[in-house]
Amino acid sequence: MIPRNLKYTERHEWAQKEGNEILIGITDCAQDELGDITYVELPQKGDKISQGKEFATVESVKAASDIYAPVSGEVIKVNETLADEPGKINESPYEEGWLIRVRISEPAELDGLLDADAYKKLIEEN
Amino acid sequence: MTGRERFRETPLAGRHEALGGRMVPFAGWRMPVQYTGIIDEHLHTRANAGLFDICHMGEFYLRGKGAADDVDRLVTCRTDNQADGQCKYGFLLDEQGGVLDDLITFRISEEEYLLVVNAASLERDRQWIESHLSPDTEFADESDRTGKIDLQGPKSEDIMIQLLGPGALSALHRFRCRYVKINGVRVLLSRTGYTGEHGYELFFPIESTETLWDLLLSYPPVKPVGLGARDTLRIEKGLPLYGHELNEHRTPLEANFERFVYWDKAFIGRKALQQQKQQGIRQRLTGFVCEGRRAAREGYAIFQNEKEIGIVTSGAFSPCLKKGIGMAYVNPDRIEEGASIQIRTDRAEIEATISSVPFL
Repeated sequence: MIPRNLKYTERHEWAQKEGNEILIGITDCAQDELGDITYVELPQKGDKISQGKEFATVESVKAASDIYAPVSGEVIKVNETLADEPGKINESPYEEGWLIRVRISEPAELDGLLDADAYKKLIEEN
Repeated sequence: MTGRERFRETPLAGRHEALGGRMVPFAGWRMPVQYTGIIDEHLHTRANAGLFDICHMGEFYLRGKGAADDVDRLVTCRTDNQADGQCKYGFLLDEQGGVLDDLITFRISEEEYLLVVNAASLERDRQWIESHLSPDTEFADESDRTGKIDLQGPKSEDIMIQLLGPGALSALHRFRCRYVKINGVRVLLSRTGYTGEHGYELFFPIESTETLWDLLLSYPPVKPVGLGARDTLRIEKGLPLYGHELNEHRTPLEANFERFVYWDKAFIGRKALQQQKQQGIRQRLTGFVCEGRRAAREGYAIFQNEKEIGIVTSGAFSPCLKKGIGMAYVNPDRIEEGASIQIRTDRAEIEATISSVPFL
């Protein structure tokens, strides 16, 4: 499941452009690999994130994993429901399981991300 | 899959893949870590019945006139009062009192004992046991010829009654075993397991593995359960896993399992263990419960008032308690029920409290 309208990273995060705001989450492939997600640590509203740097931690029953920012910007909203229902990421990685919304500071960064075809190829090669 | 040929497979590898099992390396074997999901399989086992492929574990037989005495000397638990068909949990120690393995001994008869050992320590166990036998004992490693499946959970008894008829289970209490016939196959059926639930372990000739797996899975309350949930199930019940809570550098006293050490007999490692009992232990195994959903993991350091007091051996999210839980070695004078501790990771500090086990 790889929506056409999203951009992707090689580390399995996705970014959805809505004007100059970007919605960020992890892909279906990533949630499947992690298994049941039990805990998510998100940044706070107002925090700055930088492309390629970790901004969140996602824990599954078996392990903890860092999540890296697909773009740079300021966090304007976080998905509060994940605190009690982190399993939303497993159930709905592209919709209810989104992580944060940011105001992008370097819009050109989006162009460097993978499109759906390139991300599909990356998964198939691994 | 690369490197697949380096791992051994049980007769059920094809079944696991057909059931959607995710295969991972474990103790030299390719085993399913999960099918539908660890939490789902965990909760299913607690409410219904889970089926586990445990063919990777080892089965050693000690037979002959020396078998009873040899077993008694090799393991820490009391065996002189062990009845036919009785199972006992104990430890195999080295001369220093370090744990070589934890295992269950099954007394089949006066001159036949079965020792069920962990896959990861099987080779070392075999060498150790073989080098400590009397001439009157015949040793047989029947691991490659023996299939093992566990059926665990509150519905497991109903299924066994449907399979065998009500009489076949009479007086098969916890930690008792007996031979039964299932579909014409001679099965050693044991009321033991690694989930803390009512359940059974089945031992049988390996060629019957697929038939018995299919038969047990055909009962509606039964679902296959992988190693992931096997781990969370045992952690919730405070059961140790060799290589984590137990290893050759830890003794049964440190692991808080003195109840499985019978002092009134001669066993290998007794002298060192007695010395440790007099001198006192530096660390002891305890449980802990995290404040929230974040789990501590093996190797994380434990602090109290900024002083390092221990180390985590196992940690996981508890599907039943919906909190992080785990086990750790901690300075004994700091082990007080409900005492606050901080578990430090490279990511964060987790607030937790000391708790006795089992957690439920």
